[in-house]
Amino acid sequence: MNKAVQTSSRSTPAESARPQEQQRYVVPPVDVFENESSITLLADLPGVPRDQLQVRVDGETLILEANAVTGGPQDLELVYGEAQCPAYRRQFTLSRELDTGRIEAQLRDGVLRLTIPKAEAARPRRIEVQAG
Amino acid sequence: MSPMFRPSADLFAELNRMQSLLDQVFPTPGTSIRSMAGAGFPVLNVGTTPGTVEIQALAPGLDPAKLEITVDRGLLVIAGERASDLPNQGERASVYANERFSGRFRRVVSLPEDADPARVDASYRDGVLRISVARRESALPRRIEVN
Repeated sequence: MNKAVQTSSRSTPAESARPQEQQRYVVPPVDVFENESSITLLADLPGVPRDQLQVRVDGETLILEANAVTGGPQDLELVYGEAQCPAYRRQFTLSRELDTGRIEAQLRDGVLRLTIPKAEAARPRRIEVQAG
Repeated sequence: MSPMFRPSADLFAELNRMQSLLDQVFPTPGTSIRSMAGAGFPVLNVGTTPGTVEIQALAPGLDPAKLEITVDRGLLVIAGERASDLPNQGERASVYANERFSGRFRRVVSLPEDADPARVDASYRDGVLRISVARRESALPRRIEVN
């Protein structure tokens, strides 16, 4: 079976900017797996509250965009920073047998879980062999 | 760089650090050698205010009750375990991407000498662990009036 969700490579430079907007973003790490009825995508989006997350389907492209809320005291002086880019973005190409109208999204403790069901016709069917 | 944090003295640790930062954004040089122990999970930011040392760990999908945070002789240790969310082998499922960290982790931050281990606050929200360590009063800048 073909890869139903094509993941863009993790080796893409994390700070690659979109040409027009020059906005920097982090490519979040994901897990993607598939069972008979759906594809599940898990993405690490730490610091993102629900209202700062956008999941869009544009044609066959699934786009995740999110902004992390960086709280903390006003007079904070950063001493050591490994993560200083509060925006996340990643996109995936969906295959046609997925039912994009019924995607379920759940965001909990900074982990997004997307469940993308397969269209009914695309689910595997067990064919009974008649004894005869 | 703040002189309170020990500068790195190990060249190989520095090289390892550079490698681990390749897919992260904007590294700042001059880190504590000890804060690199944990190979990337959770990602840490450390900052100071006049009254506290603030540590921010990007650790999504954890049970805060199972996080072990200890302060011992000037070292703050964040340890725990993140279970894999992938389906088990027996289940009929195909895995296409497995990029998220799973397993045990441990990261260590060396605290400045004026940090008070008795006054540490930690909170966990939206997958971000924030630890605030108070600094002793004597370390606060004080203005001395000249009569």
